[in-house]
Amino acid sequence: MSATSTPTVIRSIAPATRRAPLLAAYAWLVFAFIYLPIIVLIVYSFNRDGVGGFPPRHLTLNWYRQLFGDGAIWTSVLNSLIVATCSVALSLTLGLLAALALDRASFPGKSLFRRLVLLPLILPGIITGLSLLMFAVYAGAHLSLLTVFLGHGTALISVATTELFAGLQKMDRAQEEASLDLGATPLQTFWRVTLPSLKLSLIAAGLLIFTLSMDEIAVTFFLIGRDNTLPLEIWGRLRRGITPEINAISTLIFAASVILIVIWFQLRTRAQRRTF
Amino acid sequence: MYSRAYKSIISLPPLLWVGLFLLLPYALMLAHSFWVVRDGFIVHQWNLQNYRTLATNPVYAEVLLRSMRIAASVTLCSLLLGYPLAYYLSFHAGARREILYQLVIVPLWVSYLVRGYAWKTILGSDGVLNGFLQYLHLTNAPVGFLLYSPFAVILMLTHIYTPFVFLPIYAALEHIPRPVVEASQDLGASPLKTFLRVILPLSLPGLLAGATFAFVLSLGDFLAPLLVGGASGTMIANIVQSLFGAAYDWPLGAAISVCILLITVTLLFLTERFEKRWSFR
Amino acid sequence: MSPAPAIPPLEEGRAAGPLLEVRAVAKRFDAHEVLKRISINVAAGEFITLLGESGSGKTTMLRLIAGFEQPSSGEIWMNGERLDTLPPYKRRVNTVFQQYALFPHLNVRDNVAYGLRVTNAPSNEIDTRVADALRMVKMDSFASARPVTLSGGQQQRVALARALVNRPLLLLLDEPLSALDANLRKEMQSELKSLQREVGITFLFVTHDQDEAMALSDRIALLRNGALEQIASPREIYSRPATAYTAQFIGQTNLLRAEIRSGIATCGALRWPTSAPDGMAFFSLRPEAIRLADAVVNSAANFAANSPAKEARFTAIVKQQLYGGASELLEVDCGGQTLRVKIPARGPLSGNQDFSFSAQDAVRVAE
Repeated sequence: MSATSTPTVIRSIAPATRRAPLLAAYAWLVFAFIYLPIIVLIVYSFNRDGVGGFPPRHLTLNWYRQLFGDGAIWTSVLNSLIVATCSVALSLTLGLLAALALDRASFPGKSLFRRLVLLPLILPGIITGLSLLMFAVYAGAHLSLLTVFLGHGTALISVATTELFAGLQKMDRAQEEASLDLGATPLQTFWRVTLPSLKLSLIAAGLLIFTLSMDEIAVTFFLIGRDNTLPLEIWGRLRRGITPEINAISTLIFAASVILIVIWFQLRTRAQRRTF
Repeated sequence: MYSRAYKSIISLPPLLWVGLFLLLPYALMLAHSFWVVRDGFIVHQWNLQNYRTLATNPVYAEVLLRSMRIAASVTLCSLLLGYPLAYYLSFHAGARREILYQLVIVPLWVSYLVRGYAWKTILGSDGVLNGFLQYLHLTNAPVGFLLYSPFAVILMLTHIYTPFVFLPIYAALEHIPRPVVEASQDLGASPLKTFLRVILPLSLPGLLAGATFAFVLSLGDFLAPLLVGGASGTMIANIVQSLFGAAYDWPLGAAISVCILLITVTLLFLTERFEKRWSFR
Repeated sequence: MSPAPAIPPLEEGRAAGPLLEVRAVAKRFDAHEVLKRISINVAAGEFITLLGESGSGKTTMLRLIAGFEQPSSGEIWMNGERLDTLPPYKRRVNTVFQQYALFPHLNVRDNVAYGLRVTNAPSNEIDTRVADALRMVKMDSFASARPVTLSGGQQQRVALARALVNRPLLLLLDEPLSALDANLRKEMQSELKSLQREVGITFLFVTHDQDEAMALSDRIALLRNGALEQIASPREIYSRPATAYTAQFIGQTNLLRAEIRSGIATCGALRWPTSAPDGMAFFSLRPEAIRLADAVVNSAANFAANSPAKEARFTAIVKQQLYGGASELLEVDCGGQTLRVKIPARGPLSGNQDFSFSAQDAVRVAE
């Protein structure tokens, strides 16, 4: 331990977790608030009599059966998958370069660049969506899945940049120096040393971008053409009327999300353990 | 260590892309706010008419204020829910902390639409909540105000943003070295005083980050009002949406967007300044 | 000569008896017993050190006294009143933490004033007491600085001032010097010692560094695996270690396993008179107690009961010689047994040499 090291996250040897019953009860209430609507949603996807009323009777798998026969939904799922996959590729590539640039290069307007890249994260989606719409119109482009893809890819660069920048900061710079010292060119060093050490960050970022793209509505709303993505397809249905079929697809989305987040979390904790 | 060629290769593509696909569109939005619509066409004549309209026409002011009230309510409620939760996890949950943390994160990954839809089905006149209340014979007729009101919008958005607010607060609390908390008690401060004098101040940057996030995104939300807001729950982003749609007045819509953008940037700037002054790491 | 101490020495005429009584305190974490029924009495005004390796339980003991842990069994009393049932913020005990734990969002002055403010000391008093405390640790020119700008040694002084300004009955120091480099450590040791003398507050110091413990303490309590091995003054614990562990932990020693018969202890080629009963026993013989023998002395006279010197002699081969400036540390082989010998510097040695030691320097130790 160096004499002037600033403490990082320090816990006592044996942290005494004291009892706080009121706080614990409150915390569990908050948990209930967060989960109750989702649980209701899942339960009612099995309800024969529709979305309302109480209690749910006559549990059935009808809605799921109806869902599986619904062609339009699955077409939109396919569209969403295509857009999401392409967005991951685009965002990761540009995000990686942006993270590297922020980490290693200095150029005029760097802080403006950094803020600009991160802006779509905090700015309400409608503003980014409308701006891109105007740009598309002025560029004479037709709205389609392509414009949606460009919108997602651009907006989600911020997610990739944040995650990869954090990964770069944790990386041991000396490894790259060692590689150069041993005779590798910068390109070889990048391919053999830098990228592998970012592997976990890349996968984690990719998962996150994929999920966000699959779920994206605000920006997509203004850039969509004839072909719907899944959220837009559901949105259209909602305008026409509510059926538990929507509950069914929502439940499936929830299940898929849970799987993805468990994977993401495992990767995250593995990445953290590796560096300490 | 890095050659100029290396630095150029990594900087130029993202710079160009971001310049073309972010900077240019935002600039275009800004430019439109200074133009006008005449006879159904956008005229590229630079003036401040849109801003004057916004400032003088009471309708826009009213909706903007309502939106800010809703956003503020969402932020406050999210903080009231998220902060104690983060505090409990960080200081009282012990070994279960990691699992509980994952449990809080999961809803973040669940589709926004899914969660909004869930509330819609719960709050409606034929919805689950009403059915539940009638089942318990607490009410005889459906309660109307639950759905299609600002209340519903606040409820839904609070549900969405509580985990968002939780995250930075939890991170900030975890970063407080435990010996510092012990030192406070060692010196004579009760747990309450320790919280007010040490824990809360040290968690303030995280709190502000979460609050800014929740406020700005609630302010600019147009989906929640469409799902559960009804006529009385319309927010400023819905007006923008219609101006870009049926009402066809892009310049005015752009002007409102610029206002939202300005509020966002100002809040970000203030929190960044605060964090710099408050930084002691 | 320093001015009147900023923290007035404790008043005369307080209750007789120990300041702190640890009564058969045990502490368990899940299945692991960290402290095993320890009893220690701390006298008012003394500088006592808890010494031990990591895992010996010394830090746990400190945390029990500070109030951050509860004993699994046993009691702690201070000045005739029960202490372990009080929360930490109600005890008249203050702690200097290992990593200093200064409040990062407060400057030095506010850090030091913290304890006075939260206990609602009169505000006119606070300013003077804080200024005096800072002057005492020589950090008065840093009053407006933020902890993050200070070096380790500076932070440590502030932590010290922050604790002492409250005039606690007992000051706990949790390895406060372990993060400092060697020179700074020596300097701070000497400052801590004179500070304690000056203010007269009881210091309970925790460390794993035995040199530090020896230099600073009035008494040392050596802990081993949660049990109290020995508690005595530094001189006593060094010259009369109670157990083999103590003898080896503090300073260097030769641990001799000897067979005793009729007042003579035999260990390999070594023989010396002893008053221990017949049987097997361990003896501790410090390297510096062994000398190079002078001219030949009649060996029979050595064992005479009235012989004043009671010297034991042996011959050994010098295997290794480490020069240490003022002394030499020799490793010698005596009939297959390796011994360490420390003698004043006198140039290279080799081959067979005669050594001797006083029988009384072979201290019988338990285990």
